Amino acid sequence: MTHVGRALAENNPRQTSLLKFGDIPANVRAMNHAPKTLLWLQAGSCGGCTMSVLEQGASGWFVELKNIGVLLLWHPSVSEESGAEVLAILDLIERGETRLDIFCVEGSILRGPNGSGKFNRLSGTNRSLLDITRSLAARADFCVAVGTCASFGGVPAGEPDPTDACGLHYDGSEIGGALGRGYRSKKGLPVINVAGCAPHPGWIMETIQALTTGDLSADDLDVFGRPAFFAAHLAHHGCSRNEFYEFKASARVFSERGCLMEHLGCKATQAIGDCNQRAWNGGGSCTHGGFACISCTAPHFEDVRNFDVTPKIAGIPVGLPLDMPKAWFMTLAALSKSATPERVRKNAEADRIVENPRRGK
Amino acid sequence: MTRLVVGPFNRVEGDLELTLDIAEGRVSEARVATTLYRGFEQILIGRPAADALVIAPRICGICSLSQSMAAAAALRAVSGVQPPPNGELAANIAHIAENIADHLTHFYLFFMPDFARDFYADAAWFPGVATRFKALSGAAAQEALPARARLLHVMGLIAGKWPHSLAIQPGGVTRAPELGEKMRLIAIFGEFRAFIEKVLFAAPLEQVVAIATPEQLAEHAQGPGDFAAFLRLAESLRLENLGRIALPLISFGAYHGADGALFPAGRFDPGAREANPLPIGKIREDVAFSFLHENSADPALAVTLPDAERENGYSWAKAPRLSGNPAETGAVARQAIAGDPLIRALIARAGGTNVFARVVARVMEIARLTLAAGDWAQALRLKEGFFTRGPAAIEGAGVGMVEAARGALGHWLSVEKGLIRRYQIVAPTTWNFSPRDADGVPGPLEQALVGVETGAAGAKAPAIQHVVRSFDPCMVCTAH
Ligand code: SF4
Ligand code: SF4
Repeated sequence: MTHVGRALAENNPRQTSLLKFGDIPANVRAMNHAPKTLLWLQAGSCGGCTMSVLEQGASGWFVELKNIGVLLLWHPSVSEESGAEVLAILDLIERGETRLDIFCVEGSILRGPNGSGKFNRLSGTNRSLLDITRSLAARADFCVAVGTCASFGGVPAGEPDPTDACGLHYDGSEIGGALGRGYRSKKGLPVINVAGCAPHPGWIMETIQALTTGDLSADDLDVFGRPAFFAAHLAHHGCSRNEFYEFKASARVFSERGCLMEHLGCKATQAIGDCNQRAWNGGGSCTHGGFACISCTAPHFEDVRNFDVTPKIAGIPVGLPLDMPKAWFMTLAALSKSATPERVRKNAEADRIVENPRRGK
Repeated sequence: MTRLVVGPFNRVEGDLELTLDIAEGRVSEARVATTLYRGFEQILIGRPAADALVIAPRICGICSLSQSMAAAAALRAVSGVQPPPNGELAANIAHIAENIADHLTHFYLFFMPDFARDFYADAAWFPGVATRFKALSGAAAQEALPARARLLHVMGLIAGKWPHSLAIQPGGVTRAPELGEKMRLIAIFGEFRAFIEKVLFAAPLEQVVAIATPEQLAEHAQGPGDFAAFLRLAESLRLENLGRIALPLISFGAYHGADGALFPAGRFDPGAREANPLPIGKIREDVAFSFLHENSADPALAVTLPDAERENGYSWAKAPRLSGNPAETGAVARQAIAGDPLIRALIARAGGTNVFARVVARVMEIARLTLAAGDWAQALRLKEGFFTRGPAAIEGAGVGMVEAARGALGHWLSVEKGLIRRYQIVAPTTWNFSPRDADGVPGPLEQALVGVETGAAGAKAPAIQHVVRSFDPCMVCTAH
C-alpha cells in the first residue's frame, strides 16, 4: 500500500480495526490514539524552517514524528508524492475525506498583486497559496504558522512590501492576516505562531507534540499567538555574555567578547524566545556567535534599519530592557560601570579571554 | 501533441512547474517556471548597506550561508576591507559545512527516493533500494539526518545558528573560537568523515578521491555503500543518456583564501580540453519570458520590478546568459573547471553533462570537501584575530561571487551615501532553470528535458523527476 493509501485507511474511522499499530510506539498504542495527521505547505518561504526542523531527532525527523504519533500526509521537501499525486491528497482533505489534524504553513502569504495571490501560485494549479491556505485552514483541527513569515509576514513583508505579504493570522502586529481576525481552527484555537527566523527546531516540534497530547490550549499562547513555553522567556536569559551585561562591559566591534547591547544592536533584552537556554546546532546561539539578536521572533523585525548598531539618544540606548524604568536602568548602569572588575572590563574589549578569573586581593 | 503541466514538483527547494509538450511519447518542448516571487531585490533597496547581511540570506533557507558569503563579499568589494586569514578560513569552514550538508540532503532526501517508487518494483535492484531510500520510511535517512545535524554543529561553533546567521561579515567572522572549540570542529569533521566512509562510500576517502576514470568508478560500483548502490542502478537505467546537454559550464570559484581558491572560477566547454577564464562582464539577464518589467540586462545596473500580466511571461525567474548563451552551473561544472579527470571523462564519454555526471560530481565533492574541511579546521591559528573593522561609511559598487552547493552565486551591489541603491542576485538555479531568452533559446533544464521518454506514465514518468532533480534545484533562489 502506498504511503497515502495507508494514511487514508488509517484516517477512516470505520476502518480503525484495520489499523496496523506495528509502526506506533507502545505509549501511543496504549492510549489507543490514531496517529495525528499533519500536512505541511510552503507559501512565500525560503524553506529555512524546514531546514531547521530536519535537524531534530536523534534518529532523524521522520522517526521523531512517528515516535510522537504523527503521520505526515505530505511535506514538499521530503514526501514521495509529486504532481497529480499531491493534488489528490489536497483534494481528499478539502472534500473532508482525509482528516487534517495539524496544518503547518511555512512562509508568508502573498496577497498581491491586487488581492489575487498570483505572486505565489501552487504549481500545477491555477490556485494561489492564499486560496489554498484559507481552504485548508478551515478544515484543520489546529493551524500552525511555522516561522516569522507565516506568523507575521516576516522579511517578504519588509518595506516596500512588494507582494502584499502577511502572516496567516497577523499582518505585522495587526490581527487579521490571510485568515482574518475571527479565524479559529476546528478545535477553537487561533493560529499558533511558532515565530522565529528560522525558529529553533525544538520550538516547532514541541508545539506539534503538545498538540498531539492535548497539552496546548489558548491559555498557553502569548499576546501574539506564540507558545509561551518559549515566548515567555527573553532571548537575553542565559546569554553567555550576561556577566558583561551586568557590568555594562560592552563589545565595541564584532568578535569582542563583551555584551552586544550597548553598541552592536543586541535586542535580546526586548526579544522573546528561550534562545540562550537552548542549544542551536549543538551549542550556539546568535549572541554566543557574536552577533546581535535582531528580535526575529517579533512582528516587524524586518523593518529595522542598521541592525548591527544600537540606536541611542544622548548616548543612551533607545531600546531598554522590556519592563525596566529608564531612570533605574541609568542608575544601575552607572553604578555597575563604576564597579566593573578589571577582568570583565578587559575581556569585554578583547576577542579572547585576556584575564582569567582569580581571587580578588 | 499533448501538453502536460507538472506540479507541484516536490523534493526541490521551492516552487517549480513544468509545461511539457509530448510527441510520440517523448518531450518535444519544455518550459520551466518558478511560481513564487517575493521581491527581495526590491526590499533591499534603500536600506543601509550592512543590512544586506540580514535580508539577503533570508532568500534561501538551504543555502543561507552561501548567500551570507556572497553579500559579505559584495560589501567587501565596495569597502575594500580585508579580513584576516583566520576570518576567511572560519567563514570557509562554515560555508563548506553548509555545502556538504546540502549535497547530503540532496542525495538522501531529494534524489534517491525516486528510485524507491513502485514504478521500479520489477527491477532487480529494487528491493534493496526501496528499503534503503523510500521517502520518509527508508533506513538511510535515519542515518543521514542525524549525520547532517551533527555536521551542522559546525554552525553552532562558527555561525551561532543555521539557517540565517550574521556571523559572516566583510571583515571576517564575529567570534574567535577557543581551543576547545577548534578541537570540536576537528572532531565533528572527523565524525562526519567516519560516517561517509562507512555508509556512503564504504571506503577510505583517500581511495574515493583517487577515482580518476570511469573504469575505476565502475569498480567502486561493485562494492558496498549507498554511492555504489546508486552507481549500479544508474548503470542499469542508463542515466548517462538522460538529461544530456552540452552547454558552457561555469563556476565563480569556491573557498577563496590567501592561496587562491580550492575550486577556481572559470568556464569549461564540453568537448574542450581546457577551462577558460570566466568573462564576468559578459553576464546579462534577459526577461523576455519573465513576469518582470524590461530593465537593464546588466546585473550591475538592473532594478527588478514585477509585472504579473506580462505578455509571453511564464516564469518569475530571469534568464541569465553568458556572452548570450545559457550556461550550466553546479558541482559538475565546478569539478570540470577544476580539472577533475573523472568528471571530465564522464562529460567527454557522454558528449555533455547528464543525470549521472551531475550526481557523481556532487557525491564525489562530498568526499573532497570533507577532506578539505578537516585540514582547514586544523589550520585555524587561535592566537591571531578573526575580524577586521571596515570603514564606517561606504560608497561605490561591487560584486560578490561565490559557489553555493548548487553552483555560481553572484550579488551585484551598489551603494550611495551608505544606502543600497541597487541589488541584483543571480543564483545557481536561475542559470540552470532559466526560461527562454529574447532569441527563444531555452534554458539548460528546458533543453535537458527535450527527448526524455515519458511513455505511458506521462507526467508521472520518473525520468522527468530524475532529470529535474539531477540539478538539485533551488527555486526560492531562482526567483527571489
Ligand atoms: S549580548 Fe544581548 S543577550 Fe547577551 S547579555 Fe548582552 S544584551 Fe543580553
Ligand atoms: S536571539 Fe534573537 S535573533 Fe536570535 S533567534 Fe533568538 S530572537 Fe531570533
